[in-house]
Amino acid sequence: MTQSNIERLLEKGVFVVTSECGPPKGADAEAVRKKGSLLKGVVDAVNVTDNQTSVVRMSSFASCLILKEMGFDPILQMVCRDRNRIALQSDILGAAALGINNILCLSGDHQSFGDHPGGKNVFDIDSMQLINTVRTMRDEGRLIGGEELKGRPNLFIGAAENPFADPFEIRAMRLGKKVKAGCQFLQTQCIYNLEKFGKWMEMVRERGLHEKCAILAGVTPLKSAGMARYMKTSVPGMDVPEELIDRLKGVPKEKQAEEGVKICVEMIQQLKEIPGVRGVHIMAIEWEEKVAEIAEAAGLSPRPEA
Amino acid sequence: MIVGNRKPFEEILEMVKPFKKILLLGCRECITVCAAGGEREVGVLASELKMARAKDGQEIEIKEFTLERQCDYEFIDQIKPFIDDYEAVVSMACGAGIQYTAEHYPSKIVLPAINTTFLGVTLEQGVWSERCQGCGECVLHLTGGVCPVARCAKSLFNGPCGGSASGKCEVNKDTDCAWQLIVDRLKTLGQLDRYEDFIPAKDWKPSRDGGPRTRVREDLRLC
Repeated sequence: MTQSNIERLLEKGVFVVTSECGPPKGADAEAVRKKGSLLKGVVDAVNVTDNQTSVVRMSSFASCLILKEMGFDPILQMVCRDRNRIALQSDILGAAALGINNILCLSGDHQSFGDHPGGKNVFDIDSMQLINTVRTMRDEGRLIGGEELKGRPNLFIGAAENPFADPFEIRAMRLGKKVKAGCQFLQTQCIYNLEKFGKWMEMVRERGLHEKCAILAGVTPLKSAGMARYMKTSVPGMDVPEELIDRLKGVPKEKQAEEGVKICVEMIQQLKEIPGVRGVHIMAIEWEEKVAEIAEAAGLSPRPEA
Repeated sequence: MIVGNRKPFEEILEMVKPFKKILLLGCRECITVCAAGGEREVGVLASELKMARAKDGQEIEIKEFTLERQCDYEFIDQIKPFIDDYEAVVSMACGAGIQYTAEHYPSKIVLPAINTTFLGVTLEQGVWSERCQGCGECVLHLTGGVCPVARCAKSLFNGPCGGSASGKCEVNKDTDCAWQLIVDRLKTLGQLDRYEDFIPAKDWKPSRDGGPRTRVREDLRLC
């Protein structure tokens, strides 16, 4: 066992709530604290993104520490795009030494989407190999290069999965590989297509993966019909059914945000009923103030003591 | 083969600005096949340069010559008799050929007219596509004959990223997702179960990351 709050709660059978905090484009620690204050008492752990969409921001590691000072149990997101195995392992050791208990291993968005499209990417290892790296360091007490460690990084290991990306048929197999590599909790891409997610969960259950790895279903409230349309057409691997867009279009523009929140709450309630879903990951991108309202309306408040 | 593109004309024109006599040197190998730097392209570029310079009242003398291979000691001496008649060589070979010409004629200015891009194939007349990055340790037997290093934008070894949609890569909708191709091929071969094997972190030493590479076959050497 690690010192992770979500590992402890999952062990107890609690339906956990996580959310995320995108660090600011600048050195303003107050901006992190401000976002954090919106999530205080609302979630069991908070993800801190690692230069998401390849846009340079304050490092995930530093932002995690600011949130930890506020009493959060941060989840350090780590992508393989910007650092090789030397830097990744070094940061894993540093994070664990400073009391970070959770890590989320990701490949990372391609740099062509970000603010430095001319940058060179690294991808020395992939997300699956990163999971294996953390597990090797923690459980075997050595680096993947073989060198022994003095002090193991005691981290609860997570990953992400997009149940809607192609090829669909290998998506559960892919999770199986991650679990074998050492993944203990999983946060999914935002779910709008409940039917397809249900099918994916069926494949996950058939393989018994839900018993080895805690599945936290990802949701993102839609602010407007325009945002829903954008997500559908412009965000790779996002599956937004037409009926959802129609439902948002069906209400006046000034009421669409409210409707989006309602849809999100209904989604959480339905997700809670799916066998094997053990928590929810609420990603309210630049709309963190809504997380408390959503969690409350979905019957997920208050949270157990950390 | 090695695929390249001719540099934009303006860039080449700027490079040759200080010179009145140049040797424009093509190559009959890969760069001819990908229609970037063969005899024909040498002729076209020579005409373009002469016209542009004449227009500016800065006539330029250009000798057109195309070697069998610019990357090979067997042929590089062919330009020895006349190379000193020219102030500079503009090479239309790939990056290897350009450098080989430069290292054989150390006192000569050798300029690149080609941007070398990738190791690839001719898909159809006029279309070339990347297939290999020369990583030094082939994994095609594990991945259904499709290379994750060269063909996945993130060189992922254990499956597609979350951005693969309808068989296309998130980076470019015209590019196939390598992992979609791998999965399709493994299915065709009845080997999809192979996908479940975890591929550990790659050893990049045999790749360029281990430093510039040289291959020696002692049994073939003459001295």
